[in-house]
Amino acid sequence: MTIGVKKVARPREMSFPESLYLVEIVKGLGVTMGHLLSNIVRQEGIKTIEYPEVRREMPPRFRGRHRLMKRENGSPRCVACYCCATACPAKCITIVAGESPDPAVEKYPVRFDIDMLRCVFCGMCVEACPCDAIRMDTGWFTPPDDTREKLIFTIDTLLEK
Amino acid sequence: MTGPLFDITVAVARIAVFFAFCFGLVVVMTWVERKGAAYIQDRRGPNRADIFGIRAWGLFHPLADALKFLFKEDFIPDNAHRLFYQMAPMFSLAPAILAIAVIPFGPDVTVMGRKVALQIADLNVGILYLFAVSGMTVYGVVLAGWASGSKYPLLGGLRSSAQMLSYEVSMGLSLIGIFMVFESVRMSQIVAGQGGLLFGVLPKWGVFVQPLGFILFLVAQYAEANRTPFDLPEGESELVAGYHTEYGSFKFSMFMMAEYLHMVVGAAVVATLFFGGWQVPYLGDAGFLLPGGSAVAVPPAFVLLLRIGAFVSKVVFFAWLYVWIRWTIPRFRYDQVMRLGWKVMLPLSLLNIFATGLILLLLKK
Repeated sequence: MTIGVKKVARPREMSFPESLYLVEIVKGLGVTMGHLLSNIVRQEGIKTIEYPEVRREMPPRFRGRHRLMKRENGSPRCVACYCCATACPAKCITIVAGESPDPAVEKYPVRFDIDMLRCVFCGMCVEACPCDAIRMDTGWFTPPDDTREKLIFTIDTLLEK
Repeated sequence: MTGPLFDITVAVARIAVFFAFCFGLVVVMTWVERKGAAYIQDRRGPNRADIFGIRAWGLFHPLADALKFLFKEDFIPDNAHRLFYQMAPMFSLAPAILAIAVIPFGPDVTVMGRKVALQIADLNVGILYLFAVSGMTVYGVVLAGWASGSKYPLLGGLRSSAQMLSYEVSMGLSLIGIFMVFESVRMSQIVAGQGGLLFGVLPKWGVFVQPLGFILFLVAQYAEANRTPFDLPEGESELVAGYHTEYGSFKFSMFMMAEYLHMVVGAAVVATLFFGGWQVPYLGDAGFLLPGGSAVAVPPAFVLLLRIGAFVSKVVFFAWLYVWIRWTIPRFRYDQVMRLGWKVMLPLSLLNIFATGLILLLLKK
């Protein structure tokens, strides 16, 4: 096999008026002024998303912040099996199991904390869960907050969504 | 009012008015720069600062910036030369403020039976004073670069001094043609000289009698003000922020003000020397006198307003041109800057002097 030689087109030589730059600069000024005016006239044409007021539509499979699912009677679907905590590569899930008052269910989580500062949003917990109790389909990031403690989400926060 | 009291009142009033105009424009220009840049680049730009929920397209951002700079810690780096480090922002801002003194912002007016020039100081050395003062700006930049005790500012300061000195030469030479045509270096006489007509149609503005001189002067002025495409002294991709890298709080703000004041003063100088200053085309003291021979009478008070308005709009346009150019043309390479300065601008400005002299000589004969 021979090595092919690809001819790359070089930019053509500048003509004399072009090499003076003056006309070209005026043309450039025209382009920028066009953008300026069209953006002032048609503000909605600007792509910028005004973040806190307007949110980007996330794709349906976007892995965002977690939520815990509920049963029909409102209790958490989680059975405190520790599968998610075991699967978690960042070790950010803390579960404390307790005996469930419901005779049909063996255990329930007394505590279910996710440290959102450690979470890497890999989705392993969702895959590991045997009863589809944890999902990451809220479609949004972890919102910012001013203390670390507020970013350790407890079971109440996670059940809310 | 007696003589000396009247003089002092007039002097203070002129300084207050023009100073307020220039600084007001500086404040507005910082907003125009950010908003204009944003719209040119298809962004929205600053629009968050609000007072009682009124956002006014981000107009309060300069205010917020100023407040922020005022309340920041006023630090001096360990390696800095303490005295020079603190002197540099002053050296940067002071020449820019001094330069506004010689710019005529309106025609002579009669107040209480006395003639008052709308110019802070009508010096007979006019433009030479302007050059002397604006030449000192380089000290601020070099001092800041050296006194910061850091590498990037030093490089920025070096670049800036070389660049400003190179372009000072062609800037001075490009104006010689104007002196030759209007036969004066006094700003008020140059403006008065631009009131006539050329071939009975064109206003006798500097730009029409000295087109090459105008282009050379404009380019040299952009280089002097360290604005794009000549903003290598603060090329952020190479030098962080150039000479003011180590500055914070109000000292940085002074550099910022100096830069924008340079733009405003530069715009005023271009308007004065090449675009007739306060002159409105075809407008005489009594009213418009159009080239066709028709005349429109205008009351004197309105003539004055028109002329001051003309000056203000010219200044605003050229100040905007700085911003417009900045977001249109990318930065030059350093060798390109030097080549343009010495090998193109300098010969062309010499040629301009020669050609102007030749034409004036032929016209006199």
